[in-house]
Amino acid sequence: MAEKEFIHLKIKRQDTPESNPYWQEFKIPYKKKHNIVSVLKEIQKNPVTADGTPTTPVVWESNCMEEVCGSCTMIINGKVQQGCSTLVDHCKQPIVLEPMSKFPVIRDLMVDRNSMFENLKKVMAWIPIDGSFDMGPGPKMSPKEHLVAYELSRCMTCGCCLEACPQINPRSKFMGAQIVGQVRLFNIHGSGKMQAEDRIEVMKGPGGITECGNAQLCQEACPKDLPLLNSIGQINRQTTWSGILKWFNSGDRE
Amino acid sequence: MANSKFCVVGGGLAGLMATLKIVEAGHEVDLFSLFEVKRSHSACAQGGINASLNTKGQDDSVQQHTYDTIYGGDFLANQPAVKRLCEAAPGIVWMYDRMGVSFSRTPEGNLDLRLFGGVKKMRTAFAGATTGQQLLYGADSQVRRYEDSGLVKKFEWWEFLSIVKDSNGVCRGITAMNLRSGEVEYFRYDAVIMATGGLGLIYGQSTNSSNSTGAAASRCYQQGCHFANGEFIQIHPTAIPGDDKNRLMSEAARGEGGRIWTIKDGKPWYFLEEKYPAYGNTVPRDIASREIFHVVKELGYQIDGEDVVYLDLTHKDPEFLQRRLGGILEIYEKFVGDDPKKVPMKIFPSIHYSMGGLWSDWKTHMTNIPGLFGAGECEYSYHGANRLGANSLLSASHSGMIAGPAAINYASGLEKHAEDMPQDIFTSEKKRQSEINDNLMKCDGKENVFKLHKELGETMQKNVGIVRYNDKLNETEGKINELIERFKNVNLNENAKWASLPLQFARQVHDMMILAHVIAGGAYKRNESRGAHYKPDFPKRDDKNWQKTTMAKYTPDGPEFWYEDIDLSIVETVERKY
Repeated sequence: MAEKEFIHLKIKRQDTPESNPYWQEFKIPYKKKHNIVSVLKEIQKNPVTADGTPTTPVVWESNCMEEVCGSCTMIINGKVQQGCSTLVDHCKQPIVLEPMSKFPVIRDLMVDRNSMFENLKKVMAWIPIDGSFDMGPGPKMSPKEHLVAYELSRCMTCGCCLEACPQINPRSKFMGAQIVGQVRLFNIHGSGKMQAEDRIEVMKGPGGITECGNAQLCQEACPKDLPLLNSIGQINRQTTWSGILKWFNSGDRE
Repeated sequence: MANSKFCVVGGGLAGLMATLKIVEAGHEVDLFSLFEVKRSHSACAQGGINASLNTKGQDDSVQQHTYDTIYGGDFLANQPAVKRLCEAAPGIVWMYDRMGVSFSRTPEGNLDLRLFGGVKKMRTAFAGATTGQQLLYGADSQVRRYEDSGLVKKFEWWEFLSIVKDSNGVCRGITAMNLRSGEVEYFRYDAVIMATGGLGLIYGQSTNSSNSTGAAASRCYQQGCHFANGEFIQIHPTAIPGDDKNRLMSEAARGEGGRIWTIKDGKPWYFLEEKYPAYGNTVPRDIASREIFHVVKELGYQIDGEDVVYLDLTHKDPEFLQRRLGGILEIYEKFVGDDPKKVPMKIFPSIHYSMGGLWSDWKTHMTNIPGLFGAGECEYSYHGANRLGANSLLSASHSGMIAGPAAINYASGLEKHAEDMPQDIFTSEKKRQSEINDNLMKCDGKENVFKLHKELGETMQKNVGIVRYNDKLNETEGKINELIERFKNVNLNENAKWASLPLQFARQVHDMMILAHVIAGGAYKRNESRGAHYKPDFPKRDDKNWQKTTMAKYTPDGPEFWYEDIDLSIVETVERKY
């Protein structure tokens, strides 16, 4: 087939965080089993646009190349996903690559997702263990409970759910479904439960679960099929109960 | 003492555990990483972490774990180091359990264990098939907690460039490049812990992440740090072959009952089960890799014209497979398009792990440069000539937990601190590093660094892989020299230092070439076969001449090699048979 001679790419580029974006097109010789990252690596070896003009190699993030680190997340033909696990043979051409739109652009397809890691601090996404020394095993956990925890613990902080969420915008402080999933994960754990109320307090506050608009696009966008909608429901109930309990106890005096 | 300043380079499992140990003792740590530490290569480890928890009624013990590790490593590791590692293992697994790591469970709610290669006891704790990711996230969450309280300062998107030494050769700090601005900065530290991971990128395709270049270790080596056992590179028997990367298919697939076969005379041939009846498909990695290589490349048994064999799980219950191996089976389906629960997977061996690394005294993990420590895959201590599966997450954690407190101990004994050092040792090193960047940006030659890297990988893959011949190794050293020469004529095709991948990669490629010499040169010199190092012309292990640690020291004309005795005080050296 004629279209199999080349892989045609249209890439949205941007030199610095302040500069204006522009588009460049590339044609890479076709090879079977290319993925988006491996095609970008071909451009590095021969940085020339489709019309033959020399240019700089495209900048993007990548590391694991097997969809466990979350680095190479970008918008591919309008859908946010990891470049490494998106096979060229499954994409309509020209393949349009854009940086994620909900995070500041560093250069080309590279964005700054630091805000997601900052949010993990806000919700105390950790168990305050006494120390990293040997104190014997942690609390037991049923295999059923483990299955829920395990699903949630596979979140690789890629940001797909934030990209897909209409509530993530300059007018809202919403932290997104990723953080709700992490709150649920740490609140399930036998020792993590002890701080459940503190995490729920954060969820009640600015950027918390009350700002979820229930668009339900997060779960579909998640490359790891995390139970995000279910988690939003769970945490919603926990915040409601926490509110009711507070109201009941508000008359108590110490 | 209160003023001691510590630095950890690398935020994978080893770096995070070293960091944690230092902050728990009340000190501040600066943590450097090429990207957000939560994206580190430890996430790629799949199958599990070994500890003789002995919860399966199989009489497992620390002694047995120690023996299996030394035996599996073909008697090249310092044995007391292995013993300490295995003693620490149960405590390490329980520590992660307390951090909230989602380990798979038994019906009673305890940690489940599974079988791994080279052993007969179930000793591997696991979190589905993404154990590395889960352990990394556990350690990451703990370090974030201390970042939040101000004890850890992260320098993410910074690349380590060099150490700064004083006039006595003592490490007093580092220089690093801000990967956004491209600017070089210096930092004063009393102790520096390198936890910078593996070097698979030297081989082009491997199971390693794109950032596992070995460049940081190479930089320490070029500044005088000794490199040990460089020629011992583990080949993982089961990976999905790819042009960009060979994606790992965990040893857990064999441990959970996966069978390796190919088609011979129109019928399935289970060649591992036939040749190794005691261990069958769970022989250690070096043996499984060589057998697959032999069957495919030497006997010529291909499948559909491809250099692969089957890894077959289709006889297992799909629900069991989903629960125990779901993560990796999904990855296979995503990249290959077949469902491994229904169709046998096609796999082939791949470069996977470096047993060798920066030399350190195993008691403290301090290198031959005072103040410079090594932990994790970039250091050499535990695996001898071949690493057993699920021992890497263990050694990464353990070595970080040894290096951290040892660094504190070292710093507390210092008479003069980094703060007392003259300014010019720092500014002159910063200047030297900045000039390397400026010169690379100015280069207007003809060579493309990404293409040079491809050539390096091809030659290493072809000649310094699973089967090694001295004439080919010699040829490789010539090729590396040619590439180093051609590197002088590069062109980055780049117009700005801002977030420049070509600038970053050019420096890495150069340092990969230097380290490639240590691997190829060490392999050339070692005229025997041991663990992962296999020479058909010298097919036997030769303990009399070669039961020694390979040591390499940098000189501008290539590595200088010598050999050091090993502490063999724990178990008797015997022939390694499976």
